Parts: sequence; C-alpha cells; structure tokens
Amino acid sequence: MKLTSKEQDMLDGKYGKATQKSMEILATLGDIYEAEEMIEIKSVQISGVSYANLDEAGLDFLNEMAIDGKARVLTTLNPAGMDRDNWQALGIDENFAMNQNRVIDAFAKMGVITTCTCTPYLIGNLPHYGQHVAWAESSAVCFCNSVIGAYTNREGGPSALASSLTGRTPKYGYHLEENRHGEILFEIKTPIKGTNMFGVLGKVIGDKLGEYKKKIPYITGISKATVEELKSFCASVATYGGTALFHMENITPEASKYPIPTEKKIEINTKDIERGLTELIDEDIEVDFVSIGCPHASIEEISQVAKLLEGKKVTKEFWITTGRPTKKIADEAGYTKIIEEAGAKFAADTCCVVAPIKGRFKGIVVDSAKACYYGRAKNKFKVKIATIEDCVNEAIK
Amino acid sequence: MDLKGRKIYKGIASGEAIVTTQGISFFGGVDPESGIVVEKDHELEGQSISDKVLVFSTGKGSTVGSYTMYQMKKGNNAPLAIINETIDTIIAVGCIISEIPCVDKIDISKIKTGQRVTVDGTNGIVKIEE
Repeated sequence: MKLTSKEQDMLDGKYGKATQKSMEILATLGDIYEAEEMIEIKSVQISGVSYANLDEAGLDFLNEMAIDGKARVLTTLNPAGMDRDNWQALGIDENFAMNQNRVIDAFAKMGVITTCTCTPYLIGNLPHYGQHVAWAESSAVCFCNSVIGAYTNREGGPSALASSLTGRTPKYGYHLEENRHGEILFEIKTPIKGTNMFGVLGKVIGDKLGEYKKKIPYITGISKATVEELKSFCASVATYGGTALFHMENITPEASKYPIPTEKKIEINTKDIERGLTELIDEDIEVDFVSIGCPHASIEEISQVAKLLEGKKVTKEFWITTGRPTKKIADEAGYTKIIEEAGAKFAADTCCVVAPIKGRFKGIVVDSAKACYYGRAKNKFKVKIATIEDCVNEAIK
Repeated sequence: MDLKGRKIYKGIASGEAIVTTQGISFFGGVDPESGIVVEKDHELEGQSISDKVLVFSTGKGSTVGSYTMYQMKKGNNAPLAIINETIDTIIAVGCIISEIPCVDKIDISKIKTGQRVTVDGTNGIVKIEE
C-alpha cells in the first residue's frame, strides 16, 4: 500500500512509539484488505472502554500507548462500565470503579474526550454527509453510514485508537463508493411506529440478512422516522444482522444515490413483525428492572419519560441510560428532578450492555431490541420489549 | 518443506506446532493466565497454546481478543508465532501489539501437531522440519 512521506515517517517512528505502533496496525490492515492508500479522517469513536471487557490486559496496552500517544482528531468514547459520578447508587463495587477510572484516565491522557456514550452524534461528534471517519460501536457505525451518510468501516477498539493517534484509516470497505450499494430489497408492507417497533423491524431484517448472507439492505415502505426510531433501528439491525449500512427510501441521504437492488426482494408484512415482537418477549418473565436508553437516550426521550413519570413513584429499579452531556441538559430543563423524585435513576456514561449487572436482576423491560439481545446473552435476564409508555407503566406498577 | 504465505507481523520464531482447523476466540476462548483453550467443545479444549506455534483457520469473537493476546505476551505465555489460513482484524492487531510473528495464506492441512516449524514473519515463510 502507498504511504505519504508523513505516514512513512509515522511508521518509521519519527512521531513516537504509540504513533508508530498505530501506523503498523493500520498499514497491516490496509495490506490485508487491499487498500491502495490511507485516508485522512475527521473523527473517531472508540469502543472497548468498560473495564469488565478490557481487564488488566487492555488497560496495560492503553497505558503503554498513553506514554507518548495523542489524539490527532476529535475522538470520543463508548460507554464505560459505570456512571462516573453516581456509581455507588447503582450498586457498582468500589474496586471495579477504581479500575474503570484508570481506563478513563488513560484515554484522557491521550487527549480523548471521555464522554462515554454510544451516541456520539447526539453530543457533538457529528460528521457531515460524505466525510470519512473511523468509528467503532456497531450501532453508531450503522447510524453514521446510513442516517448521516458519512463513511466508516466497523472498527474495533484497537484499530479505532490507532486511527485517532494517526488521523488516518486505510481506504477500503465502506470508504469506497463501489461497496455502498444496497444488496437486497426489503419492502415494508405494514406501518412501523415507535422506538420499540423500529427495533423489532431491525431484528426481522437482521435475521433475514443472515439467512441470505447479505449485509446492506435497501428498505422501502417507511414513510417517516424520527432520529430516535432510526437510532433504535440501527442498534437492532447491527446486532441481529451485523449491518454497518442500510438505505431507506425517502429517509436516508444515500438512498437516491444508488439503484434499488432488483436481484432479491423480501416483503415484510404484519405477520412478520408480530412474530418478531413475540420473539422479543420471554414467557413467564418476572420483571424487576426497567431501562430506557439503548442506544443512549436523547433529550427528547428523557423529556418523554419525565412527562410520564411526573407525580408518580416507581416500584422497580428503573435506569435511564444516557450520555453525560445529555444528562446535563436534562438537569437544566428540570427533567432530572422529576425523574429522580419518582425514584428512577440516571445511569450516565454507562448502559445495560456494559455495566457489570449479571445476576442482579431476573427480568428486564426495555424499548430496545439490542438491549433484549444482550440482556439474554450476556446477563441471562428474561426480557420484554415494550413502548416507552409501557416501560414506564411497568416501572410504576 | 517450505510454505510461502503472506507477512502479517515481522520476526522469526521456531517451536512445536499445535494445529486446529477451527477458529479461535482469544477473548473468552483462551485463559490468558494459563494459556489453555477453555472454549467448550473446541478441538483444542484443555490444551495449552503457550510457547507453541499456533496454527488455526482464522480469528473469531470480540475485538477485545487482541488485548487478551497482549496480556498473554506480557505474562510470558503467548504462542511463539501464529499461522492462519485467513487472517482477521482481531488476530492481526493482536500480533502487532504483542509483537508475535505471524503469517497467513498458508495451507494449514500441511502442518501436523507436534511437528517443529519455523515461522519467518518478515518474509511470510513457514518452514516445516521433517
């Protein structure tokens, strides 16, 4: 692969050890995936932040990179294993909290903005249509490629960090227009509304993509969608179908740029959606946990929860997971007060997928199909998907 | 016998081969403290990959697996070298950050467990001693 003289200097160690190691990673990945050159990127989103996943191994590596590594572009972080302020109230043990802070400190030393959210696009890491970035976090990658129309591959923690410390990524995969065409047509023949139902749709499409071994769905028949509905859909279709990019006619910006695929067409009707919904509701669920905010709640969703909770009391553990900047907006708008007076808790910086909560609860109600998947697989909870209204109703029942 | 593959990470190492045609997930699939494969029903379950030339088809699982390889290296119980049929991002990044010589695009059916092999990561060559 062809490197510019600056990139070659990085590889030769002229910019320090961490930059050299980063360029080694990117040049090797470029060779493996047959990239012809590097491309300059506008921003990075790093995954692999929870100490529960990283452990001492990951932390050692981050500390080594932090000796002389510095972020060269805007870089934000995925959720951590706990709320950095409120971890005690959420039942996180002290030892874990200490180790989690060591991880965040290592990133901070490299000049990474320690926002800890899976929705960087809601808190200021927002690329524009057609820009190249290097993002990890499957739901954000899908949102970035599809809804924003910026270009990113599905990075892992180390490759995203390498891109941050060099400001480059090898140009292959979704950075090339020829790889962004829709591969399989989905005609949606039933109305879809609400974050929960967009999550169900993501699962139905994701499961079908697995059957047909395709990655990029082209979707027609959706007349409108909110940012929150698309955020939920992205998380779900990425979880169940491994999708990093979809096109949705009249909704996403690149849908009109590429032809509608004609080779294979799948109709999704009311029955398919009902079946998908049933698959996300476990029988005999005993609910002791409710959570909103997978992916992290927007201020709009928090406002909705505040209205529903006003003057009520929750009877079950109820977490609203969100990015800290969004939580601060909620503080100023008075939503935090309403929500906390009702007995619900904010869990900023973290989420139900990465917090160490295995075994703490039996059954979880959520409005997210992604949270259902990890609730089952990682935390061994029984799960139920519901509208935001029904999630709140369950919490106060 | 010499097998010509593709350079993934530089360096030369010789040792006893341990071979599986299955994929390996370092995160969750290998105990970094002991170097023993712990994935249930894996061909190598219960066997140590420490200080061996590890030969397998490709990587799988979480990207955190790259860090697990790094942890094994720091604990002096990483594989000496890695040979893959088809490299993936997790193993490639793991080899680079842990400085483990690595070659891919090798027909791994030519290598048998217990054989002594030399991996020349710098030139992408695997030497099997008869």
